[in-house]
Amino acid sequence: MRWVGRSLLAVVPVTIGVVLAVFFLLRIVPGDPAAMILGERATTASIEALRQQLGLDLPLGRQLGDWLVGVFTRGDIGTSLVTSQPVASLVASRAGLTALLVLLSVVFTVLIAVPLAMLAASHKDGPLDHLVRVVPTIGMAMPTFWVGLLLILVFGVNLHWLPVGGVGTGPGEPLRSLVLPALTVALGMSPPLVRALREQLVEVLDADFVVTLRAARLPSWRIQAHVLRNAAGPTVSLLGLNVAYLIGGTLVIEKVFAINGLGALLFSSISTRDFPVVQGIALVLALTVVLVSFLTDAVVALLDPRVRAA
Amino acid sequence: MSTAPAREPSPGTELIATRAPGRPSVRWWRRARRTPALVAGAVILGVMVVLAVFAPVLAPYDPSAQDLGNGLRPPSAAHWFGTDQLGRDIWSRVIAAASTDLRIAVLAAITPFVVGVAVGLVSGYAGGWLDWVIGRVVDTFVAFPFYVLVIAVVFAAGTGERGIYVAYALVGWISYARVIRARTRTLCREGWVQAAYGGGLSHPRVVARHLLPNVLPLAVVLLMTEILLIMVAVVTLGYLGLGVQPPTPDWGTMISDGQLFLTTRWWVPTLPGLAVVTTGVGLSLLGDGLADVWRLR
Amino acid sequence: MRVVDLRVAGETELLHGMSFEVGPGEAVGLVGESGSGKSLTLRAIMGLLPRGLTRTGGQIELDRTASMIFQDPLTFLDPLTRVGDQVREVCEVAGRLDRRAAGARVRELFADVRLPEPEVLARRYPHQLSGGQRQRVLLALALAQNPGLLLCDEPTTALDVTVQREILDLLDTLRREHGLSLLFVSHDLAVVAQLCERVVVLHEGRVVETGPTLRVVTAPQDAYSRRLVDAVLPLPPLGAGDD
Repeated sequence: MRWVGRSLLAVVPVTIGVVLAVFFLLRIVPGDPAAMILGERATTASIEALRQQLGLDLPLGRQLGDWLVGVFTRGDIGTSLVTSQPVASLVASRAGLTALLVLLSVVFTVLIAVPLAMLAASHKDGPLDHLVRVVPTIGMAMPTFWVGLLLILVFGVNLHWLPVGGVGTGPGEPLRSLVLPALTVALGMSPPLVRALREQLVEVLDADFVVTLRAARLPSWRIQAHVLRNAAGPTVSLLGLNVAYLIGGTLVIEKVFAINGLGALLFSSISTRDFPVVQGIALVLALTVVLVSFLTDAVVALLDPRVRAA
Repeated sequence: MSTAPAREPSPGTELIATRAPGRPSVRWWRRARRTPALVAGAVILGVMVVLAVFAPVLAPYDPSAQDLGNGLRPPSAAHWFGTDQLGRDIWSRVIAAASTDLRIAVLAAITPFVVGVAVGLVSGYAGGWLDWVIGRVVDTFVAFPFYVLVIAVVFAAGTGERGIYVAYALVGWISYARVIRARTRTLCREGWVQAAYGGGLSHPRVVARHLLPNVLPLAVVLLMTEILLIMVAVVTLGYLGLGVQPPTPDWGTMISDGQLFLTTRWWVPTLPGLAVVTTGVGLSLLGDGLADVWRLR
Repeated sequence: MRVVDLRVAGETELLHGMSFEVGPGEAVGLVGESGSGKSLTLRAIMGLLPRGLTRTGGQIELDRTASMIFQDPLTFLDPLTRVGDQVREVCEVAGRLDRRAAGARVRELFADVRLPEPEVLARRYPHQLSGGQRQRVLLALALAQNPGLLLCDEPTTALDVTVQREILDLLDTLRREHGLSLLFVSHDLAVVAQLCERVVVLHEGRVVETGPTLRVVTAPQDAYSRRLVDAVLPLPPLGAGDD
């Protein structure tokens, strides 16, 4: 439990850093934020009005203070300039879909990466191993959105198996509509994980304790369990890193597959220059990433007692 | 067994003379030629670079020349990659886009490379509170998903190339910093580093003359992957309309423009993507090959 | 257990036709310098040759189960599993026991190897135990298979001298209590001499001499054996044979 305390302690400065960074996101840019939001055709009067509305005419310290108070006491991360809805409720309405997409992507990634890595490691240097090692090389070079388009072409159109766009309302929804997007993401996330896991497995398979287990004549599946658990640690860390990266990256996938999630909201807010929404989403995403990192470290510590003791 | 007692050279100089290897030599070249990944990667990448650099000369058609009567033709002898909806030759556009996208990717990779390696070396060598602070800064940056940051920068700095350069300079150095820091710490534990310092070299010289040559191979291999990532990011931003703007040719915008015809004229959005993949594979193989040759794997 | 003309090769032949035997209840030492093929012989007997090496000739006759203990118990135990669970798993498989029966067996085994506070220790992870305790756990793991022959691959080399003594005494006690045969490998002739009645001297993959420990040590017949004996600093009083 001491470990939890220490980890939380490391999280705090990062959270502070994130919150500050989001706050200054727009204010570090040269030029008047209000003028930038309204664009080149804006009149001085409307710019001034917007400045007042956003509180940009107040001293910086006060702006930060007001914002922090708002965020932490009322959960108020701003109000949309376009729809006048509270950003918090906008985010909440879209977050579910994106969260589901991320979750499904992780499941698919694990389902793809683990068997492939195990296959490659147990046939080390054989033809199967080389095949599994070449595929990630090619996979990493494919832009995710392009893979998405290919999947749409193959599965949606030619084979008519799965829906190719939007989120329907029928049996199995919204999961059914999320299958192709999640698969696309998984195909993008798996290559580095397959590599890392394979390398860990190869290292562990050569470990001394495996000899002990074999000497004790344990059945193969039991030995595999021990091996997998030992190899999992660094891979879980990498997975956590990728998921964190993914949380913001669903943006592209949501556009390709016309999904109305958080990413799509971010994109549209950028286009309409709805700054409070952009800021609010950035904050939520960044904090989620911090949470995911913490959870990942927790899982690794759960797996490896030596980490807990360190 | 009696000779004049050998004089003990000062430990620093002796160890410096026998420090960890890092010097390329003729043997390196021969080994490189025999590494399949390296050769394959270099060839593929070489072809792409040639196409990109000599695009104006090699293109059979003017990339922006429209021929509205000839739109959406499938690949043929006259048009190797077919034509798009405005009758433009896709092959010419693809290689024209190659010069744009490759150029941006390479240029954008330079600043993060330099900054990241420097930060990694300093962080790993100095240790202590400096290392801790840099570590927390890295964690904060990592918390911001790359695309969110890029889009925010684009929001601020406007669309186009500039956004990519700024965004990647802000964020790209982290990958190097982490890896180089880890390697620096491993090297420092080997003792000869302290010997060099003890032998009278100042900190900056130890880092520059002894640590830097030893981490450079690792950094260069990473550079290949980073260029690949930037290229994909450039193309993705182009697809989203936030990157390179028309009329400058770009693989991303080509795919986005062609998405309409995905199911009817598949070659329009698909083939530009293939160009991206090919370049990427070349970069990947080159990186793997270098890692093999420099015995990093 | 009998080994006849054993040959093991990888890219080159490493064991060139070794022959020796271990009788029931006997303690036989296998000595030689590093690289002479001692560990390889044990691995061949267990069928655990590393990747790239195979048995190319000879026979191995085993009429009872053989199990093995190893040199550095820290790396030879799964770092992520509690030691009690590791031994219990072997009990479940070897004795076809259910969880509870296996748990009881683990307590028995821990008592056999003289581990204090078995309940507490069982819940610890390998890195939380001392070297001597870890080696006892490895022993318990080996005993869980009810072996007739115990192969020991330099089990005391990584331990402190005082702990070494304890483990050697333990091995001797176990031999008497369970009627075990021991095949004890070491590069340290002094250690072998304390425990084993007979000794087999190995040099570059060949058996160069065998015989009762007392005789080999006091009157070695082979040139290499003599060098080995001479290299040992003052021999401790030979305990082999006094029960």
